[in-house]
Amino acid sequence: MLDSRTSPPAGKHAAPPKARRRFNPRQWNVLGGLAGWLWLGIVVVPLYWIIITSLKLQSDYYATNPLAPPTDPTLENYRFVLESDFVQYFINSVIVTVGSVGPAVLFSFMAAYAFIRGGANSRFLRGVNGLFLMGLAIPLQAVIIPIYLIIIKIQMYDTLGAIIMPSLAFAIPLSVLVLGNFIRDVPKELFESMRMDGATEWGTLWRLAFPLTRPALVTVTIYQGLTVWNGFVLPLILTQSPEQRTLPLALWEFQGQYSVNIPAVLASVVLTALPILTLYVLGRRQLLSGLTAGFSK
Amino acid sequence: MTIAPPVVRTAPPSASSAGGSGSVSWMAWPALLSFTLFGLVPLVGVLVLSFTSWSGQTEEIPFTGLDSWRSVLTDPGLPHALWVTFLIMAVSWLVQTPISILLGVFLAAQHRYRAVLAVLYFIPLLLSQAAISITYKALLDPNFGLGAGLGLEFLQQDWLGNGTLALGVVVFVVSWQFIPFHSLIYQGGVRQIPASMYEAAQIDGAGKIRQFFSITLPQLKYTIITSSTLMVVGSLTFFDLIWVLTAGGPGDATRALAVDMYQRGFRSNLMGPASAIAVILVLCGLALALGLRRLGGRDQADSQMEGA
Repeated sequence: MLDSRTSPPAGKHAAPPKARRRFNPRQWNVLGGLAGWLWLGIVVVPLYWIIITSLKLQSDYYATNPLAPPTDPTLENYRFVLESDFVQYFINSVIVTVGSVGPAVLFSFMAAYAFIRGGANSRFLRGVNGLFLMGLAIPLQAVIIPIYLIIIKIQMYDTLGAIIMPSLAFAIPLSVLVLGNFIRDVPKELFESMRMDGATEWGTLWRLAFPLTRPALVTVTIYQGLTVWNGFVLPLILTQSPEQRTLPLALWEFQGQYSVNIPAVLASVVLTALPILTLYVLGRRQLLSGLTAGFSK
Repeated sequence: MTIAPPVVRTAPPSASSAGGSGSVSWMAWPALLSFTLFGLVPLVGVLVLSFTSWSGQTEEIPFTGLDSWRSVLTDPGLPHALWVTFLIMAVSWLVQTPISILLGVFLAAQHRYRAVLAVLYFIPLLLSQAAISITYKALLDPNFGLGAGLGLEFLQQDWLGNGTLALGVVVFVVSWQFIPFHSLIYQGGVRQIPASMYEAAQIDGAGKIRQFFSITLPQLKYTIITSSTLMVVGSLTFFDLIWVLTAGGPGDATRALAVDMYQRGFRSNLMGPASAIAVILVLCGLALALGLRRLGGRDQADSQMEGA
């Protein structure tokens, strides 16, 4: 279901100019164009509104037209949000994201490598791989109660580690699947020649598979990083004290506390999204291919 | 797939390689252990806990047999939660699929504005559901939100105060976030359709609309199944969005399964019944995934080959 990768049809290479002519906008798809522009409006209006409102004073917000730009823009709201411990929440989010995605991608890479190299001869490895495929179907929400119990039992409740460990575990199945698909593309001869040169499997992993699958590793890291960064359920259930909040939870608490100060709430929304938007501007292609990791290549 | 069969090995330096398996197996252990502890053990655990009456607050976990199941299955809250979940699933599928296909076809084409459009399209995907829900909560305020801004009467409603409207808002916000993702999948699918098919259709005198329905749509069959599976199975677990937007309200109008589970377990301290609902959630997900897969018929790997 998930590995829908197929090689591009032969026609694509054979006749590139024809492929282009097929998608000539002037004769193609008025309806699609209309939908495209309409959708653009639907996406942009709320984004525009978030930004202009976050620059308004609270009094202005209630007095002016919601869609009019602020008469005199202010960064007051941003100052207020930053003074409400958002720096701490930001650091927490960074710790949780790096602490779970780093090991998750490393473990998945090793497991995917082991399966591709040894799966043909090892029932154990095939079994493990089957387990991960099954794991793709387990929704995090459905097993949150036992996770909560385990976290209490190992005395990790209300720590950042409590968020890190389940995030790490749930990043593994999809990462193994995607990385496996890429390691499989490495020509067998290269592995053979590494072996002839006396390289260990560990050495081959780092000196051959790692450089050749680096784009896939980046992609998987981005996808999982985004998932953990935006995660809400695990922090909600596994932490309690304000010092352990990550950004999405902090946002929620903040809007509960200052629900009348909409401009400040929206400034907090902008601040939490800013790091990701910066990354998006820097590496749009990588990020988008990361989002569809596993569904297309 | 290309798992090569154990090809003829050139030399037999047996001990060190041993088919490669003995020396690489250990590399799977870290992933296996992490996933077992926080993925598989909890999966078994949720079933076990559904036969207890744990409160979530205490040390002891009393085993109470089928009590939790009995109370959940006789509670009218369950059919309601199932119905709400189904409604959100079905309506958001109906809204998202046609728009995503249309946008996917549009994005697959080459034209001047595509790059600019694409940059803006995908921003909603990057935001957390908490952030999106908080934004929409404020944006839909009847007095100070979008409705007031545009001066449009029909937008100035108490969107989150009315059950039907609140469900509509949930569907809309879901679509707002996920349509870009699905259009991205469809864009990939459209690009894989061989150009020769369109040429043949053109020679036969088929118009653009005819081409769309006779070539594009049938060729996208497997993309549609993949995208629908993700939509449908994913919608079972919408929690962040609903919880922040409506907390299941007004009343219980948007109390879908995942929200129901959270409220029973972590608000009413009834972990037993909450676990039973979680089991139902897992079973629904599996049934839907398998059902949609069957709908797909043959294996997807050979689906998009030319002339297939």
